[in-house]
Amino acid sequence: MSYTADALTAESLRITGHGGDEIEAYLARPLGEGQFGGVVVIHHMPGYDRATKEITRKFAANGYLAIMPHLHFREAGGASPDDAAAAVRAAGGVPDDRLVGDVAGSARHLRSLAASNGRVGVIGFCSGGRQAFLAACSLQLEAAVDCYGAGVTGAPPAQGPFRFTPLIGLAPRLSCPLLGLFGAEDRFPSPEHVAELDAELTRLGKPHEFHSFVGAGHGFFAVDRPSYRVEAANDGWPLIWDFYGRLLGG
Amino acid sequence: MCTYVTEKLAVQGSAKGTATWLPVTVAMVSWDHPQHAAAEHTLNLDFLDPARGPSARVAVELCEESARALARAIVATLPPAESQGGS
Repeated sequence: MSYTADALTAESLRITGHGGDEIEAYLARPLGEGQFGGVVVIHHMPGYDRATKEITRKFAANGYLAIMPHLHFREAGGASPDDAAAAVRAAGGVPDDRLVGDVAGSARHLRSLAASNGRVGVIGFCSGGRQAFLAACSLQLEAAVDCYGAGVTGAPPAQGPFRFTPLIGLAPRLSCPLLGLFGAEDRFPSPEHVAELDAELTRLGKPHEFHSFVGAGHGFFAVDRPSYRVEAANDGWPLIWDFYGRLLGG
Repeated sequence: MCTYVTEKLAVQGSAKGTATWLPVTVAMVSWDHPQHAAAEHTLNLDFLDPARGPSARVAVELCEESARALARAIVATLPPAESQGGS
């Protein structure tokens, strides 16, 4: 049976993440024969939730092997996504090195699949946007998409248990082209933060493509939240399909 | 934006969810994306007993105006600090 768009299968499974830990992940694959590009989907701070599983399935429906690692599995694998997110917030967030290890394990799993064409990209939303940039600067990937990730340039407030540092210093190690999708009304990342990253990547000669949508703030892809902006989302998804289509060959 | 703004403190008391009471030993107060409330950001209160696992949690998400009103009400209701609990 040859591949047809929108036909997919999805499942929860265990993969080997950072430090050899076994973690849960959500895998969605196109049905039918073919060789497909892979996408690691990084969920937002509210957790390993239904909305991000739906996004993972969307990639499979469009011809990509897609996997979302459960970044909160170690603290609260059996708990509901919101309880798990609260536990991780109390613990100070997902450590950067652990994130990189879990994305590496996810990419390794995708490349091991018989239907993989060997090319893997990453995408992250909200806090996951920052983590997508981190992964692309730490691992050999073929494409990265940062959806309104805060803290690549500009530091999050040094308050409470979180201790993140800006990632701009990692930019010389960016291993692949970067697509950045931002809301012009967002304050973190602000248009100034986006411009700073744009200028640094240009200075370094790193291929990148940024789009800022007027009338949209943070979280404009999130269909289950009041931040959803249909015009920005409808313009943004085709940019993702074009970018991944060129680089991942989905 | 993800604000990451969070205060975490040790507390002593109890909280009740839909099923039962639980002792609470940790409280978190954050201003960030809610899980359920229809707003981009809310004041999020989490009362936890980590010793009982991540599901031992009572959570509240309030809009900014409600959170400020609650904060005023808490301060207005508490006995003066020097009374150490009152009668």
